Amino acid sequence: MTHSPAKKKIFSFLLTFFIMVVVWVLLSGKFDAFHLSLGVISCAIVAYFSGDLIFDSPKIRGLPVAWMRFIRYIPWLLYQIFLANLHLLYLTFHPKLHDLIDPQIINFQSKLQSDISLVTFAHSITLTPGTITVDVSIDGEFNVHAIDEKSRKGLPGEMESRIAKAFGEG
Amino acid sequence: MNIIVTLLLICGLIFFTGGAVGIIRFPDFYSRLHPAGKLDTMGSLLIMIALSLFNLHHFSLGGLLTSLKIILIMVFVFLSSPTAVHGIVDAGVNAGLSPWTKEERRR
Amino acid sequence: MDQIFLYFGLYLSFLMVISLYRAIFGPTVLDRLIGANAIGSKTVVLLILIGLIYDRVDMFVDIALAYAMLNFIAVLAASKYFHKRKGLHDELS
Repeated sequence: MTHSPAKKKIFSFLLTFFIMVVVWVLLSGKFDAFHLSLGVISCAIVAYFSGDLIFDSPKIRGLPVAWMRFIRYIPWLLYQIFLANLHLLYLTFHPKLHDLIDPQIINFQSKLQSDISLVTFAHSITLTPGTITVDVSIDGEFNVHAIDEKSRKGLPGEMESRIAKAFGEG
Repeated sequence: MNIIVTLLLICGLIFFTGGAVGIIRFPDFYSRLHPAGKLDTMGSLLIMIALSLFNLHHFSLGGLLTSLKIILIMVFVFLSSPTAVHGIVDAGVNAGLSPWTKEERRR
Repeated sequence: MDQIFLYFGLYLSFLMVISLYRAIFGPTVLDRLIGANAIGSKTVVLLILIGLIYDRVDMFVDIALAYAMLNFIAVLAASKYFHKRKGLHDELS
């Protein structure tokens, strides 16, 4: 199914407007008519100018499904971050620290295609302690600084396949 | 309720202590980024959950809004902390600092 | 509960002093930047703790949000500046 450009523009305008109104109400905390109308007017102006910046996605239909799958990915990521944090905490308080760590920069090629999944993968790698993304090229080549053997072994591994599943890339 | 909040606060402070000690102990700046960026993020996640729970103790609409704002700060920290760490690493690689390795220590 | 929050705030300030060591004596500019970033992330938590102690969380939480954004922008701007400038090795020699 194809979408005309005007329809896509209206859709992205409405989505940006909705998110901005929610953030406005959350931040102001006042529910009288004056503050709400101020918020609606300023959100409409901002969404008119920059609505096509945030949601430039070509497919509109699969958006709620993709968001649902992405939200299901977050608890697994938090659990993984917690485990790796415990490992890094053990390393930090170990007396023979300089014998245990072995920092290296490693390269690997990722299978992911789209920009948003590559950015999510790079963020997840950096959020997991023990690994920092140094560089990502446009066709999915990662440079990762890993602090020891254990965190180096886990790459790209399960995280990549979970992200590929979350963004619908087989 | 107070017991849960205090336990979460203590866990967060343990992570913060690890971050502060790790910044001092690790050998070069690439490996110093690991405790600085990640342990602090985890510690502030735990502490913010504890504080928003404590804030909900006397329930009201204003208190609920304040707790949602604390969660909003948490989401922002989770988005911004990897970006800041990546910016620092990128500056280091561009300046040509070589990472600390085990071979360097044996020499 | 206010007593507990007070002691936690004091302990956080002590941790900030430890991070300040890296910000002052760090061998390179980027080490100082790491120390400043660590202090900033502790300050956000400390601001909310102060708000809970004074019973004005609704006010202090806005300050904490603004400070988190300011810290992020400051670190990004400083690292971008040294990215372009390539003056990192001057301090080492």
